[in-house]
Amino acid sequence: MTVDLAVKKPNWFSRLANPGQFLAWSKAWILPLSILTALLFAAGLYLALFDSPPDYQMGETVRIMYIHVPNAWLSQFVYAVMAAASIGTLVWRHPLADVAAKSAAPLGAVFTGLALFSGSLWGRPTWGTFWEWDGRMTSTLILFLIYLGIIALWRAFEDQGRAGRVIAVFTLVGALDIPVVKWSVDWWNTLHQPASISLMGSEHMPPSMLIPLLVMTLAFTALFVTLHIVRIRTEIFRRRAETLERQAAASLG
Amino acid sequence: MLDLGPHAIFIIWAYVGVIVGVVALIAYTVFDSRRVNAHLKALDARGIRRRSERNS
Repeated sequence: MTVDLAVKKPNWFSRLANPGQFLAWSKAWILPLSILTALLFAAGLYLALFDSPPDYQMGETVRIMYIHVPNAWLSQFVYAVMAAASIGTLVWRHPLADVAAKSAAPLGAVFTGLALFSGSLWGRPTWGTFWEWDGRMTSTLILFLIYLGIIALWRAFEDQGRAGRVIAVFTLVGALDIPVVKWSVDWWNTLHQPASISLMGSEHMPPSMLIPLLVMTLAFTALFVTLHIVRIRTEIFRRRAETLERQAAASLG
Repeated sequence: MLDLGPHAIFIIWAYVGVIVGVVALIAYTVFDSRRVNAHLKALDARGIRRRSERNS
């Protein structure tokens, strides 16, 4: 009888799950992703400000769409990432899942805040008001408050492992707001216009507007991915430092 | 020069606000990363390091 003593190479999921492995492979991605993000922003801003036509109804104010829609998309996408990470925490106890969820929350809060800010400045010349308590805007404001609540919860707990499980439950409950944000413009008769990019819709945006919008959306998404990787690395190092300090204090005591 | 029409002020403020927000987010992320790395280096200098790194 032969015994196979060869060490099995960890699969991609195990490599992703292990904080040490994540630190090793993610370092090489930061510079290329940063360059890609900068190039996408340069191209996107040029297209949005100098190479796209004014809208036949909104005129030049349509240029706000190129920064508003990407932030609005990220406000929901980042929360979806946090919800997926929360499932990873609760179901698989993935060691990197709560780190990923914690690192994404401030990014999601900023993108949601910027979506509200730019939307409000777009609303004033378009609808005649900065704010209206309609379905889309109110549900997005609630999403912003949920992000702030999650950030506050992370700060309230000393034991980050326990915090991860409690906040994962809270995050999944908060995820109920995402379909409301997404479909509020279809469910209720609101001031906010329907989705700007729709695969199923009958009205299609002309390529001269769609391409700048897609490039700007890719630029903001690449920015999120880059910052998320950096923040996950920072959080792993922070937890290592805290563990070392505790061990050093225990050995002295 | 780009002519942004009668509502130029709203377009300019929207872009300025978003650019300030994004730059602040990037700056905070870089600052936080450097602060934590400096803290780990300070611990290392005091001889406080992970078991796997003690002999290196």
